[in-house]
Amino acid sequence: MIRKMRPLPPFDPAVLKAKVTSDHGLHPMDVYLKPGRIPHIWCPGCGLGVVLSCFINGLKMAGLRPQDCSMVSGIGCSGRAAGYMNMDTYHTTHGRAIPFATGLKMAKPELTVTVFSGDGDLFAIGGNHFIHAARRNIDLKVLCVNNFNYGMTGGQVGPTTPIQAKTTTSPYGNREHPFNLPHMAHASGAVYVARWTAFHARQLVVSVAETMKKKGFTFIEVIAPCPIGYGRPNKLGSGLEEMKYYREKSLIRQEADPAEVGIELGGEIIVGKFIDADRPTFADLYLNSPADKDKK
Amino acid sequence: MRAMSEKAVLTGEHFFIGDVAAAEGALAAGCRFFAGYPITPATEVAERMARRMPRVGGVYIQMEDEMASMAAILGASWGGVKAMTSTSGPGFSLMMENIGLGMMTETPCVVVNVMRGGPSTGLPTLVGQADVMQARWGSHGDYGSISLSPSSPQEMFDLTIRAFNLSEKYRVPVIMLTDELVGHMSEKVIIPHPSEIKLVERRKPGRNILPEDYLPFAGGKDLVPAMANAGEGYNVHVTGLTHDEWGYPVMSDQAQERLVRRLVEKIRKNAPDIILFEEVGLEGDLEAVVVAYGCAARSAREAVEVARGQGRAVGFLRLITIWPFPEDLVRRLAQRTGAFIVPEINYGQVALEVERCSGGRSDTVSLGLMGGTLHTPEEILAAIDEFGRRAKS
Repeated sequence: MIRKMRPLPPFDPAVLKAKVTSDHGLHPMDVYLKPGRIPHIWCPGCGLGVVLSCFINGLKMAGLRPQDCSMVSGIGCSGRAAGYMNMDTYHTTHGRAIPFATGLKMAKPELTVTVFSGDGDLFAIGGNHFIHAARRNIDLKVLCVNNFNYGMTGGQVGPTTPIQAKTTTSPYGNREHPFNLPHMAHASGAVYVARWTAFHARQLVVSVAETMKKKGFTFIEVIAPCPIGYGRPNKLGSGLEEMKYYREKSLIRQEADPAEVGIELGGEIIVGKFIDADRPTFADLYLNSPADKDKK
Repeated sequence: MRAMSEKAVLTGEHFFIGDVAAAEGALAAGCRFFAGYPITPATEVAERMARRMPRVGGVYIQMEDEMASMAAILGASWGGVKAMTSTSGPGFSLMMENIGLGMMTETPCVVVNVMRGGPSTGLPTLVGQADVMQARWGSHGDYGSISLSPSSPQEMFDLTIRAFNLSEKYRVPVIMLTDELVGHMSEKVIIPHPSEIKLVERRKPGRNILPEDYLPFAGGKDLVPAMANAGEGYNVHVTGLTHDEWGYPVMSDQAQERLVRRLVEKIRKNAPDIILFEEVGLEGDLEAVVVAYGCAARSAREAVEVARGQGRAVGFLRLITIWPFPEDLVRRLAQRTGAFIVPEINYGQVALEVERCSGGRSDTVSLGLMGGTLHTPEEILAAIDEFGRRAKS
């Protein structure tokens, strides 16, 4: 076979280097952000910028340096978060961030490994991985940005879309029951379960810092505005309008029963830290298994 | 992790089934992370790993499915630990997604596929060899890949070490394309002393390379980039998206051309280093060359020996490396043989490659068999009789 391919332009490392050195270091958070990656790809009014900024502040509060941490993401708008953090970051396949992170954490236990991803990634295509990692109590910090739809693909119905909500694939209103994520996390064995909205920036920072210090499978759900994909078809207004909605309709109920915190379209959003418990992790149990005692 | 209480390399003579030999080969190669899911006929690999890993300072974890198993070994590999999984047809299909991620992110790891009869659930307990093309093309997109095919438990041990070495050297998931018969047969396996086992480790960024100068996806002379593991201070971004030499996503035709061409060519250009085969009597003009691999090569060899004993000019080519395919070798042989006879437990997968490379210069005979059993040497002999006579005169 004769293989004929287009000629490639010569590789110039200087061009590549210029891309990552320009304008980096001007912002106090830049030490936590990869050079040359800002501006990000998220839409105006999206909650992800707020959540990422809270995450960085949570790391700072916990006293973690970027090199102590790693972030693993799946696919979707939230999945792009990993690409901005100045640490070893892994943007994996759709739904598989948690099992990838499981391997990474077991191989490199000294790293604090965060899984930062969205509701569709973690709970539809990746739902099985979520419940099993929680059951095993793998020492992972899972942060789910829940915007009630698939934003990256243009606003389709997902596993957290409330009944009646309109999306491009539920044009007459959603007819499926959504997951109550804190309830699912708790039932699966997570040792820390909290929910905040993008409006609750300070509480979110504290929760991030708490999970960083906590051993075991932790879960934070952050309700975030998606004015383009979810807000528009449901007439929720701009990102700012959605933030106002969170302010008015959120109820802080610390230690609320996770079974009671389901979300309905236009209804109240119960937020707070619901669960903070202790359970041996997979690594604890594995290291203490009697594998060596039963030797013949 | 745990302290070692047992030797990782069990130097000595053993009587192992192939699956166990593959597990021991992995441990001898330095594998210390195994993620898997039970599936016939590969379960014995996982069972061996579950017993051995805690005693050699490694981790065994049984995942919730094969997608998770494959994802976990990629994560462990980036954590700096050699990692493996094992499976069979249905699980192999599930792994394709993350095998693609492993190809795109150039992650060293080993996947043992103990082939059974398919499609679908097929023949869980009986042999097949029909995943050859899936091993090459199963994940979407273009990429270069490596698959090895052992014919005995001893080779399950030896080639698993080689699979790890190739995966570390070329930064690809390497597939051990074995089958139920080799996986379940018991034979003598000799495990050498660790000092006699040659191991290859992934190339790291040089000590004098600062993180801001390290290009994690720029290929070296051999087109393979140096690899910084997690936590080594290089702050690498690893993505399944098309990326530039920094690892940053770039959505353009040029970035795609540059990256994927390197992924394909790093295997193509290094093929002479990767390809291994065994040959019997491939000299001079030949009536026929029998091309076989895995369990099918065992009866094929018997048939060739008998034919040669009868004074026939018949050669034997056993593929040890299936992918990359030994194109040049088959092309050269095609000029000197009347026919290629390819007994395999499928309806012609390696036969397609043989026919492609022979380019019409000799006949290609696919001895197809759908699985659950092996060709008999008599069947192969009969094919030599029927088609080998057509040697050019």
